[in-house]
Amino acid sequence: MKLLLRKILKTPVVTESGISTVDADIETLGNALTKEVRKLFGRSLNIREVDPGSCNGCELEIGGLNSPYYDLERFGLHFVASPRHADCLLVTGPVTRNMADPLKRTYDATPDPKIVVAVGDCAKDCGIFAGGYGVVGPVSSVIPVDVVVSGCPPHPRAILAGILMALREFRGP
Amino acid sequence: MLAQIGITIAQWLVVVLGAPVLAGVIRKTKARLQGRRGAGIFQPYWDLRKLLVKEVVIAENTSWVFRLTPYVAIGTMLLSAFIVPVLTTAAELQFLGNIILLMYVFLLSTFFLALAGLDAGSSFGGMGSSREMAIAALAEPTVMIAIFAIALRAGSTGLNEMINRAASDPLLLLNPGHLLAFLSFFIVALAETGRLPVDNPSTHLELTMIHEAMILEYSGRYLALIEWASFIKLFLFLTLLGNIFFPWGVAVTLQPGAVAIGVFALVIKLGVLALGLAVLETALAKLRLFRVPELLSGSFMLALLAVISFFFLR
Repeated sequence: MKLLLRKILKTPVVTESGISTVDADIETLGNALTKEVRKLFGRSLNIREVDPGSCNGCELEIGGLNSPYYDLERFGLHFVASPRHADCLLVTGPVTRNMADPLKRTYDATPDPKIVVAVGDCAKDCGIFAGGYGVVGPVSSVIPVDVVVSGCPPHPRAILAGILMALREFRGP
Repeated sequence: MLAQIGITIAQWLVVVLGAPVLAGVIRKTKARLQGRRGAGIFQPYWDLRKLLVKEVVIAENTSWVFRLTPYVAIGTMLLSAFIVPVLTTAAELQFLGNIILLMYVFLLSTFFLALAGLDAGSSFGGMGSSREMAIAALAEPTVMIAIFAIALRAGSTGLNEMINRAASDPLLLLNPGHLLAFLSFFIVALAETGRLPVDNPSTHLELTMIHEAMILEYSGRYLALIEWASFIKLFLFLTLLGNIFFPWGVAVTLQPGAVAIGVFALVIKLGVLALGLAVLETALAKLRLFRVPELLSGSFMLALLAVISFFFLR
């Protein structure tokens, strides 16, 4: 307990403030995201992660978004435990036969207005699993997808950019 | 008379509108302790505003209980906000009820939430309901005995009298009964409002959920009402802890100066309690469900000792 408290006091805020060379655009990306979210959902976007057959590579990167380094919450984005609480579905991996129906039902259970972002090469075109006997197809063959983020796995920055693009697209031309 | 009505409505508005920001402060503090920047302290307001305008999805096999529950939850909390003295003990709404009524109004909302959790027929909802009821049943005797410990000394179960009596006691913090009752009421408040180490309010893992599991099926404005009700409940419990056990600063007259000090004192007390809660939630892990009864029976023991000490040390 004492050790933990000392550790907490010694550790500075590690969330990037945009000075670092590699992830300098996270801050600008996040701020743009906040602006779009504000227009559409009033500064609050709840995300439900759905995994209909992913290898968990994409999940690691999505988990990275929640880490103190990227800290998604500061932009008003938040992961939730139920599709009924969500505004945005992040779908990863190829859709397997057993998960096609749950994915559809998850989509139906999400209240409007909602956006769907397919994350990773597998969600885009089944990746290396294409043609497998257990695979139904890419995410877009089961539910309507707003934006596809490619990469195997995609960088957390790319996932953020994907959500931002989906929001912009959703608002219409 | 006009001042009475004015201060009553002002107190009510402080509770109802101020509750989300308290939750925001706790979340922000926790984020800072975890080395994150976290969302702003007003984020709960934006969440509620968005949920109020979203579509409502209702499972097709639910009954009227499911649709009634959000209104029962918010209704009971809006009523409770009238009963608790927040800024002053001079507002005369005592006929509305005392602390015993208050605790059972809270329990009414818990009861309906548990029914609604069962109503949709999902496995997690039923699990959440059974856990919530188990914890409510364990916490209930402790709440009543902790209340009796304070009420015995005040000679009344009215909240205003309890606070006035405590405020007039110069040796308040030297009284073992008072401190024991505070500890036991604090533990029960953690259990009733679904905070760590009994329940984790920010968990995403369905298997460890208690309160969250019951509301998994809610969406849109129904979810907003339930979330808002739980913010108000947390605010009221922290206010009770602050005002009954540390009654300094609560206005005993309706003079503008006294009420201003009351506002100031409330902000300080809630701030300290919120910070304490955030530190506690960062430092403590969630208790295994089967060990929660041990925690609550410990709290029951403290409450019992508080009552016994009243008879020995008047």
